[in-house]
Amino acid sequence: MARVAITAPSSAKKGEIIEIKTLAAHVMENGFRRTQEGALIPRDIITQFVCTYNGVEIFRAELHPAMAANPLIAFTTVATESGTLEFKWTGDNGYAETQSASLSVS
Amino acid sequence: MTSRRQFLLLTCGALAAGEAVAQLDPNIAAKREAALRAAIGKITDGKPIRTGKVKLQVPPLIDNGNTVPLAVAVESPMTAENHVKAIHVLTEKNPQPYVLSAHLGPRAGRASLSTRARIADTGRVIAIAQMSDGSFWQDSVSVVVTLSACLEDGLI
Repeated sequence: MARVAITAPSSAKKGEIIEIKTLAAHVMENGFRRTQEGALIPRDIITQFVCTYNGVEIFRAELHPAMAANPLIAFTTVATESGTLEFKWTGDNGYAETQSASLSVS
Repeated sequence: MTSRRQFLLLTCGALAAGEAVAQLDPNIAAKREAALRAAIGKITDGKPIRTGKVKLQVPPLIDNGNTVPLAVAVESPMTAENHVKAIHVLTEKNPQPYVLSAHLGPRAGRASLSTRARIADTGRVIAIAQMSDGSFWQDSVSVVVTLSACLEDGLI
């Protein structure tokens, strides 16, 4: 059910700044809403996102209930060497999702 | 532990809002103000925040508070000696002030990020950047929200 999507270039020149866009399909239930009977809907969000480049962490974000549903995070990195970008989302109720993208640097 | 200042703030807020119909928490404004201040204090550890360097882009009029695109860019050479360590995004009127805390480093190349937030009510959106030299810079934008996110939880 849980799905994620990455938009990143597959190749880049060395030293070039590339933009990476990440999207995770998630309701991001904020824990402040109520049902029609007045019961509080428990919080269910993604709490952390980490991006590693050949095993080295380059970007990390802590997400809070004020993130919109299907959180989109776009950031940049310098293309230093060919390799893989690993993306990891973790959240409430054991949510964990990983995705990777390969990047060839010339 | 509530400090004297916080206590006074909360009681003043309660008195000021006492006339309002008390379906909502009467001192919600003061509580949110205190929560925002506490959140900023936690980020900066009491250090002063200067205005500048940071550019926060949010549409000034938001039709739908459930999905608000925002972008933060910070002026920085992003070298090993001088880079942005973290970017924090906060809102003034949400039940909780935090939106996102992003940690980056010289390998980002450019200190910029974009995301989408939920904003509950008309008020300020604040972006704070923490530099590698320990200084803090901020930018804030006042936005008008027509359709609020989290409508159910007391608006002011």
